[in-house]
Amino acid sequence: MKKILLVFGCVVGLVGGLAAQTMKITGAGATFPYPIYSKWFAEYNKLHSNVEINYQSLGSGAGIQQLRAQTVFFGATDGPMTSQQLQDAPGRILHFPTVLGAVVPIFNIPNVKTELKFTGQVLADIYLGKITKWNDPALTKLNTGVTLPGSDITVVHRSEGSGTTYIWVDYLSKISPEFKSKVGVNTSVNWPTGVGGKGNESVSGLVSQTPGSIGYVELIYALQNKISYGSVQNMAGEFSSATVASVTAAAAAAAAQMPADFRVSITNAPGKGVYPISSFTWILLYEAPKDKAQAKVMMDFMKWALTDGQKFAPELGYAPLPEAVVKLEMAALAKLKLT
Amino acid sequence: MKKDLGFRIGTGVFGLLLILVVVGIGFELTRQSLLSIQKFGLNFWRTEIWDPVAGEFGAFPFIWGTLYSSILALLIAAPIAIGIAVFIAELCPARLKQPLVFLTELLAAIPSVVYGLWGIFVLVPTVRSLETSLPDSIRAWALFKGPPVGLGMLAAGLILAIMVIPFTASIAREVLKSVPIAQREAAYALGATRFEAISAALFYARTGIVGAVMLGFGRALGETMAVTMVIGNTPQARVSLFAPQYTMAAVIANEFSEAADELYLHALIEIGLVLFIITLIVNSLSRLLIWTMGHGARKAAAPAAEPQAAAA
Repeated sequence: MKKILLVFGCVVGLVGGLAAQTMKITGAGATFPYPIYSKWFAEYNKLHSNVEINYQSLGSGAGIQQLRAQTVFFGATDGPMTSQQLQDAPGRILHFPTVLGAVVPIFNIPNVKTELKFTGQVLADIYLGKITKWNDPALTKLNTGVTLPGSDITVVHRSEGSGTTYIWVDYLSKISPEFKSKVGVNTSVNWPTGVGGKGNESVSGLVSQTPGSIGYVELIYALQNKISYGSVQNMAGEFSSATVASVTAAAAAAAAQMPADFRVSITNAPGKGVYPISSFTWILLYEAPKDKAQAKVMMDFMKWALTDGQKFAPELGYAPLPEAVVKLEMAALAKLKLT
Repeated sequence: MKKDLGFRIGTGVFGLLLILVVVGIGFELTRQSLLSIQKFGLNFWRTEIWDPVAGEFGAFPFIWGTLYSSILALLIAAPIAIGIAVFIAELCPARLKQPLVFLTELLAAIPSVVYGLWGIFVLVPTVRSLETSLPDSIRAWALFKGPPVGLGMLAAGLILAIMVIPFTASIAREVLKSVPIAQREAAYALGATRFEAISAALFYARTGIVGAVMLGFGRALGETMAVTMVIGNTPQARVSLFAPQYTMAAVIANEFSEAADELYLHALIEIGLVLFIITLIVNSLSRLLIWTMGHGARKAAAPAAEPQAAAA
């Protein structure tokens, strides 16, 4: 016990001593990019031992709120801030895409082991409660050669507000006007059907336990837990499976028409080899931060994250940014008002 | 004398502090939910829509879900908890007593997220197989309607019951222990059987036992994590035990961190206010119940209790 106390005392003393020269930056926001952000902060700290970045993964909404209240230096979100939110903020806030993620449909049908094919329309109708049986003609037509049972479809969605839900309903709303008017786009929505599971683990747990169920989870989650998932038809008509390559392809397709503020949804992106349910995740910064010393350090970090940092993305299940987007962001970063 | 005064003032301040905290919570909850209170008024209590996209909010499904799941838990837990308490306090062989007391207290110490995980992986599949094994004729009843998902009111009620039992059982046991031995001896002296003697002890301790049950009820009302993991999180008010539903505490925990829109946030905080008011009402009612019972008991027991006190 005494030893532990001694070590603890030493650590506290050490940290306290270092604090004099250490630059501490705090941020808060989305949970979805948390694994790669914490990896980045740790790796960056190895390179620059005087920089310590703390990130609280509270959720996108909380990140935006804390940034607006200026209790954190940077925010992070999975869905871009609305124009209204930007107006209400005390200063101009800029969006910087950091990595890409994807959301995949997972299902559990007894005796069906092959990868099922879906279209956006079919997924929208399932989540609207219009397609209720697995042997619905719309599904059997897409999956010829697979014998689908006549059992009910149990729809599983996320119960808590989540960036995953945002990406999922954003895609379904783009495909189906009916879904857009009845459900709409938000981090949590009023689902017409189904049951809610809390978190990716709960959704995948429910789907794996419930015969005849369908759900959606982040690609990383499906990869890490080796859950098989369906392919989704993209705009070019191909049935595309989510991979690091097909997600980056979606971003590359969007880069051509990237708006200056980077607030862009890349679900249902055009082009070949594109996985249609992909999305950026963003770090939010004030254009003219109050603390100039912190801003300088943050800018250096951002430059590192967008270039060298990208190599950590694939191993964690995220897709790295395409070159074109990184170039645009570097130009935008240079415009931060640091003096 | 002076010390006495200081002591009085000191404790008095602490007592007042408690009142201030309660009033402060109520005030702050109201202040933070003004937008929603102004927009929806009393309709907030009875509308069944919860649509963050359209900005339409009503708390009825959550109020219903909270009360339904808590009452269900109470109905399951109360008899079992009282049974445990009676067994430990009155019938249990001495050797078994300590382990049993230890185990009930251990149950109370398990974090609710652990109950929730157990719920997802053990309880929900069990409930689902129970649901699928029911004949269609029974499934047609309103109480058992809905797809057999496993998640839903029944799973929530069961998990709440398991979580509430140790609390109610522990307190009920303490209450039974405090029944004077003379009561039991008197019962035996009158030729009562063991069952009759225990009934007499239970009757004597009834206010305390009701208190124990109500404490469990209060806990069930506010339980969040375990419930949200098994209830299905669907804002709909249904009679069916199999239907996925939602509770107030669960919706706050689930949606608070992502509620970026002002009205949405205010609606969520108003749910907190509603939960606060309902808890207040439930607690007042249980106080009232205990008070009337105690009052009646004192009147009835007064002549009998007098000589006993003298003897002691």
